[in-house]
Amino acid sequence: MIPLRQVEGRAISLPDADIDTDIIYPARFLLITEKRGLGRYAFHDRRGAPGFPFDAPDAKEATILIAGANFGCGSSREQAPWALADLGLRVIVAPSFGEIFFSNCFKNGLLAITLPAEQVGALHGAATAGATIAVDLEAGTIAAPGVTTIPFAVDADSRESLLNGWDETARIRARHSADITRFEAAQRRASPWLWTKDDIDA
Amino acid sequence: MARTLYDRLWDAHVVVSEADGRSLLYIDRHLLHEVSTPQSFAALREGGHVVHRPATQLAVADHAVPTHDRDRPIADPLARAQVGLLERNCADFGIDYLRLDGPDQGIVHVIGPEQGFTLPGMTLVCGDSHTATHGAFGALAFGIGASECGTAMATQALWQTKARRMRVTFAGALAPGVTPKDMALALIGRIGAAGASGHAIEFAGEAVRALSMEGRMTLCNMAIEAGSRTGLVAPDATTFAYLEGRPRAPASASWDAALAAWQDLASDPDAVFDREIEIDAATLAPQATFGTSPDQVIAVDGALPDPATLADGAARAKLEKALAYMDLAPGQRLAGLAVDHVFIGSCTNGRLDDLRAAAATIRGRRVAAGVTALVVPGSGAVKRQAEAEGLDRLFVAAGFQWREAGCSLCVAMNDDRLPAGARCASTSNRNFEGRQGAGARTHLMSPAMAAAAAIAGHIVDIREDAA
Repeated sequence: MIPLRQVEGRAISLPDADIDTDIIYPARFLLITEKRGLGRYAFHDRRGAPGFPFDAPDAKEATILIAGANFGCGSSREQAPWALADLGLRVIVAPSFGEIFFSNCFKNGLLAITLPAEQVGALHGAATAGATIAVDLEAGTIAAPGVTTIPFAVDADSRESLLNGWDETARIRARHSADITRFEAAQRRASPWLWTKDDIDA
Repeated sequence: MARTLYDRLWDAHVVVSEADGRSLLYIDRHLLHEVSTPQSFAALREGGHVVHRPATQLAVADHAVPTHDRDRPIADPLARAQVGLLERNCADFGIDYLRLDGPDQGIVHVIGPEQGFTLPGMTLVCGDSHTATHGAFGALAFGIGASECGTAMATQALWQTKARRMRVTFAGALAPGVTPKDMALALIGRIGAAGASGHAIEFAGEAVRALSMEGRMTLCNMAIEAGSRTGLVAPDATTFAYLEGRPRAPASASWDAALAAWQDLASDPDAVFDREIEIDAATLAPQATFGTSPDQVIAVDGALPDPATLADGAARAKLEKALAYMDLAPGQRLAGLAVDHVFIGSCTNGRLDDLRAAAATIRGRRVAAGVTALVVPGSGAVKRQAEAEGLDRLFVAAGFQWREAGCSLCVAMNDDRLPAGARCASTSNRNFEGRQGAGARTHLMSPAMAAAAAIAGHIVDIREDAA
């Protein structure tokens, strides 16, 4: 995972509520078994609609997306964040997110930030005006011209992982293998029926 | 301190906790399908990881598979490659795979319970948002992405943030013609598509207790459409009777020990929920969606809302956009609206109860001219049982197509896709733009309502269709 500390750049404003992951990444492209190069399918069926913000000439330069409420709701498909990351986005700010999408973002070097609707509204204004927005994960702040610096919170573990580009699987194995073994021994005693089908670890 | 069912399940699976409230949860079971796992296996290979407990994994192909001509190789080369890749990955990593041409294949959320793979008290994950379905058994089940599928396979654990507790109580008894699908849709209509975000829902009340396991699965399945990753029903005699004797459920002394432990899986009487919703089940009407979000739903005998009456600009824009996509007007009624396609199936409504309800609606009548109607059983086992009861003959005689098990028209990434502009009465779970095919329009409803729409050629109020 590519570490993320500070991101400064143009932002795309997509204020619609309930943009689901089917809109972000239509199902028929899920037959592709790669995770790289999926940006070309992002919002595929919305492309070409009048005023669609991802079609704007300067959208390609954007590193930040300012979105609407419940962004990324619906299907768990991780192709949605993979496609958005492939477009060059590093940060998504919204009043709320679909929970699985939110979690998926952090596994892929994408910082998802939840803020009150008024603050997101101010950032929509800045994005639409073509302003440069600066997101600082270390400081936990968002700055844009004409907007009072906005503080944001991210849980400690996700923050550390993003800052360092850590892989979750490797990190759990490195830090918690003994904890997991201990848990398993206790569960085998307390709930042996969960283990009766086990063919290893005997 | 008094605990909810969710608290109990959570507490029983914490490996370690962080000060900020996150916990590393032990994952007892993982269901895999062909679409969300290719990249997970690639990550295992890249990281040099093995699958920690292969026996806790179960795989099946459902999303990309055709529901016809299953004796031939899959025609679509991408789908064929994807299913082949799952089969190879499972062989390489020692994971049990239910073959596409075998008797046990089906939709992942139908076969898990059917196999007795899903059990009360366990944690279960799957790279699929409808994993909440398994919460109907009192299991802590939630959907994850492909990265977490890889992590769960390699470590048997996932970092999770605990949700707030929400109880939805359905008091009273459902009226004739009103089903678990209507309970789910009415709830989503009331609280919104993000209404339960950040919460784990426990469904309770007399109307929930009265439901079969199939009905409880329908209800929990749609928790995600209200924003919650988790839907729960406390296990009871109905649950245990369903599970006893299933192929992968514990047997003999092991069953007795499990059964004894499962008696405790309920919320304490004095447990406090962060949010309580109460719905009078007896007053619920059959529901149908009219828009492009599951919360855009009304009682089938109601009129469509008017954007002009909404003060909030964002809400008005959302409604205007949905009505334009659906080609509907404010004040219009759904009853009488012509449909050209009908889909009966999916992890929401593809089980035996659902097919029985749809078949009972036929009563010697035929599908209306110009309507294409598909019945897609949720699994091979559901299909065989339906055929043993003669349901397939009723459907075929009436002009419905009788298919093989799969996700079919719920996801539009297999051979079953609707053309732009098509209007479908569907028993699936999402009416999103393009969900059943780019430009297609979906109206979600119960199996009996969908069957009645196929026969009438338009949406009908099932209460007026009675014999």
